[in-house]
Amino acid sequence: MRAGVFVCWCGLNIGGVVDVPKVIEEISSCPGVVRAVDYRYMCSDPGQQLIRDVIREARLDGVVIAACSPGMHESTFRAVAGSAGANPFRCEIANIREQCSWPHQDEPGEATRKAVELIRAAIEKVRGDEALLALSIPVTRRALVIGAGIAGMQAALDIADAGCEVVLVERLPFIGGHMAQLSETFPTLDCSQCILTPKTSEVGRHTRIKLLVNSEVEGVSGYVGNFTVKIRKRAAYVNWDICTGCGACTEKCPARVRSGFERGLATEPAISIAFPQAVPHKPVIRPDACRHFTRARCGVCEKVCPVGAIDFGQQDTLVEEKVGAIVVATGYELHPKAKVGEYGYGTYPDVIDGLEFERLNSASGPTQGAIRRPSDGKVPKEVVFIQCVGSRDQENGYPYCSKICCMYTAKHARLYKHKVPDGQPYVFYMDVRAGGKGYEEFVQHAMEKEGVLYLRGRVSRVFQDGDSLVVFGVDTLSGKKVEIRADMVVLATAIVPSSGAKELARLLKTSTDEYGFFSEAHPKLRPVESLTRGIYIAGCAQAPKDIPETVTQAGSAAAKVLALLSAQEISHSPIVAAVDEELCSGCGLCVEACAYEARTLDLRRRVAVVNDVLCEGCGACAVACPNGATRQKNMARGQVISMIDAMMG
Amino acid sequence: MLRYPYFPGCTLRAKAKGFDASALASARALGVELQELENWQCCGATFPLQADNSFPLVSPGRTLAAARKKGDKLITLCSACYNVLKRTNHVFRTHRDRRDKVNAFIEEEYTGDLEVMHFLEVLRDDVGFEALARKVRISLHDLAVAPYYGCLLLRPPKELRFDDAEAPRIMEDFLLALGCKVIDHPYKIECCGSYVALEAGDLATSASRLVVESARSRGARMIVTSCPLCQYNLDVAQRGTAGANGRGLPVIYFTQLLAMALELPEEVLYFHGHVIPPGPLLRSIEVRGSESIA
Repeated sequence: MRAGVFVCWCGLNIGGVVDVPKVIEEISSCPGVVRAVDYRYMCSDPGQQLIRDVIREARLDGVVIAACSPGMHESTFRAVAGSAGANPFRCEIANIREQCSWPHQDEPGEATRKAVELIRAAIEKVRGDEALLALSIPVTRRALVIGAGIAGMQAALDIADAGCEVVLVERLPFIGGHMAQLSETFPTLDCSQCILTPKTSEVGRHTRIKLLVNSEVEGVSGYVGNFTVKIRKRAAYVNWDICTGCGACTEKCPARVRSGFERGLATEPAISIAFPQAVPHKPVIRPDACRHFTRARCGVCEKVCPVGAIDFGQQDTLVEEKVGAIVVATGYELHPKAKVGEYGYGTYPDVIDGLEFERLNSASGPTQGAIRRPSDGKVPKEVVFIQCVGSRDQENGYPYCSKICCMYTAKHARLYKHKVPDGQPYVFYMDVRAGGKGYEEFVQHAMEKEGVLYLRGRVSRVFQDGDSLVVFGVDTLSGKKVEIRADMVVLATAIVPSSGAKELARLLKTSTDEYGFFSEAHPKLRPVESLTRGIYIAGCAQAPKDIPETVTQAGSAAAKVLALLSAQEISHSPIVAAVDEELCSGCGLCVEACAYEARTLDLRRRVAVVNDVLCEGCGACAVACPNGATRQKNMARGQVISMIDAMMG
Repeated sequence: MLRYPYFPGCTLRAKAKGFDASALASARALGVELQELENWQCCGATFPLQADNSFPLVSPGRTLAAARKKGDKLITLCSACYNVLKRTNHVFRTHRDRRDKVNAFIEEEYTGDLEVMHFLEVLRDDVGFEALARKVRISLHDLAVAPYYGCLLLRPPKELRFDDAEAPRIMEDFLLALGCKVIDHPYKIECCGSYVALEAGDLATSASRLVVESARSRGARMIVTSCPLCQYNLDVAQRGTAGANGRGLPVIYFTQLLAMALELPEEVLYFHGHVIPPGPLLRSIEVRGSESIA
């Protein structure tokens, strides 16, 4: 072996603690090391050039980079090694920053000793590394987008506009998501419908977008570039191919049911189109409310339909689609009010949440945009807005900030004031977080120009007293307890992931955080990629965010998808499991151990096999194998033992 | 007959005799035998918040260890005893080092596997409120009663797990079983002033008056509680005010109301020392109640 060791100072991050010259001196004498070099910033352009020069000059066939975590720069340095003619998979990282200089800042002597040991181990790893070649996989040039809110629609449009076909799946019978429910949007107060409907109709008529509404993803198999997705298209009990969307059925339907779109503030017929601008503009029957299903008689819609589109016998259908990439844009829900006992036990009709307020304020909503409280339709003259309900609450809710509530509460208070000029809005807040273009100005305007009274403090209790709601709070700036007799209370309840997010993550074999938000591959540098290759994230599925940020992220996810789909073939890491068929007894323990369905049994030959492109190289099967037939390439047992020996010795 | 180890606590043998006697008699009438622990000692009165001083856990620890030898549940009545014993038990369950330290001192090997229960939970889970309603002999349907939880029954919720700490239901359901008219009020889980009564009486009085006033203004004629200190504070706060013109609210233990509804002998009630005596109100209800049943 002709190995080179490159030790990075990382400015003072490493060099301020670890005695780099001493490390170089000790490492130089290691067997197989022909060059040991240090540099202030190895990841910089001159640093990379230095590595290339040394590789060529000393004809290195192994490279050790002693620097930061491999999660940070392993791929950078492997590419550098490859570009200079060395095999990229014989380039290893010794992490002497996160695992050495940072935690041992107060003990530089020990840190230096540990750095030497870590590098010695990495040298041993390189010694055992095979010169592997990257695997290549063909790509299906289509994408699947799950969820057709603003995030999913934007991603789908961007991908389709660039020339690739998109399958867009939406659980509800219409597209647009929560944005379709909003009245006006901050910070410009432009009408949500007005900016949304051009997009929904564009999605509806785009020739390269295959829209599947009222549908859910039921199964996903395959891998990056080659996914096969099973989608259940739920029965609408209406033949949409012939339905004209005339609405005669919805007018005559005698059964009423609480409208989910109106957040329960209004009822709708059992056969209905959620809202006038809905895309697609076709009705769906709710079998839990329809009299044909619940009482086995009625059929009024069937009689009035001029084209005979009602089909009570319609069944769910299963559709299979092949795609190369998947965008998850499943959005959010609100923390249920019923879980906030102190603010009305979930029972007071005039304690509502932010989305209910949006519906009250919407021109197409249950009150045609007039602010009237749910209990008796009275115009509320005192309205209390409470922020951070469930958010930033480690005891009873979630520790995270829901991010959009400061802005939408300011918007609500201002819109309320526009419609009820003699009314008084109060806002209880913890901090006002208005980071964003034009955001702080928007809040200041509410406080200074529109008479919204901001009270810095929490509310301990909301209590029904006669026909008003008594709010017990505290104003921490004056240090006084505050009691407000309000007509309506609006809770800015926490944003939580859509129901089913964790189940979907399991189908996609990717992960979520503890709350069910999809995990990104890197919080800063890979924010729209999931931990599984070929699966991307956009919008509130990843974390709470507002519309501008969602649109940005959706565009970014689309760009990543397009980069993937633009290649004829993509490469896959060759660091995968391999089987010595002489030793394999076909016991199948590796199949159980594999989380990626990459291991199967060849029943004819009675040996276990590896599907290289599905294998993520985690090594679980290699550990499970009782007779050492499965090994992890470039992480062989002998290699690991010699690494340990090098560290101990 | 269900049999459970029972810890009365000091106050129930002094100022709150009626709480103890009415509970024991009612329990018996409902088929539950509360068996008093032998040689019990003080629960500790307050749960110690110092994480590095385990000595105050010795007394409640001894009680828990003794109770475990008699059964797998320990029944309490006083909110303060319930709070201290249950939280101490939580320490035994979750803090190995503190458990070992206290066990070494009291020469026990208690692991925290006892369930500390409040008598209200026995009524709800073992007797059942529906069954209780069927055993009521004097219906109290005219009596407007405000439940008062105070702090110690409910908090801290993650350790006590007694009921929804922000929107509890158990006392309401209990009162409904007795046939009472339940008066909900916003101060039912606020503090009564607690031990502040000893040092700054006015402060405690003003806290207690808010509670009483919130119940009275919504039509309550009586307040029930399960805490001797709450009972004292809420009652005493009415001295010289409403009580003087006959608009005071008697504050009694929920078990006293239970004993009345079960038509148990008056001796178990021990009403005495009240600033607002409950006698006149209860007698009027009792008479009417009997008539309505007859």
